[in-house]
Amino acid sequence: MSRLTFPKYQPGDRVRVSSKPAKGHSRTPRYVQGMPGVIRKLHGSFRNPESLAYGGSGTPRQPLYLVEFEQSELWALYQGAAVDKLWIDLYQHWLEPLED
Amino acid sequence: MEKPHDRGGWDITDPIDQGEHPVMDWERRLAALGRVLPPGRFMSTDVSRRGIESIPLDQYSTMAYWERRLVGMETRLVDQGLLTAEEIDQKAAELEAGWSVLDEQIDLP
Repeated sequence: MSRLTFPKYQPGDRVRVSSKPAKGHSRTPRYVQGMPGVIRKLHGSFRNPESLAYGGSGTPRQPLYLVEFEQSELWALYQGAAVDKLWIDLYQHWLEPLED
Repeated sequence: MEKPHDRGGWDITDPIDQGEHPVMDWERRLAALGRVLPPGRFMSTDVSRRGIESIPLDQYSTMAYWERRLVGMETRLVDQGLLTAEEIDQKAAELEAGWSVLDEQIDLP
């Protein structure tokens, strides 16, 4: 069995965060779920905290990306500058490809 | 379901209490216990976080930091089969009974 999931995305790829409700522990905050973003960097592949949190092995390792969001899209009442971004680390299994 | 740690975008009505308080002895013991539990199943960042995050929101909001850590630790010790909830409750009751005896023996000025 593969101990590694290969990276599917490259910097610049547009993605949408899955909006599936997390049953247990996850590192994907609700405020980005369902939102469109852009891959900025691949950090590497790491053991999956959703398995580690229950004493599991965390394998297969999941690619972890730095993903960029527009603050004005995340928050309906956002009053900051229109160019403001949120950068957040997200695991690949939470991401879906988004066509331009 | 809303979880206590996932609070980006929540309306906050009360200001966050950033006050300090004296460190209690049981808090030091809890921190020490966390260090001697074997890493992995019983002690890891992920397991520890999950135990704290699974505290129901209404309870979480009334608990102090180390009380949350204590409940989180109990959750994972029970989940991993090292202790049962009954064993923890029984031991706590024994200790509490012992303390009340001590209290009676101390002559306060």
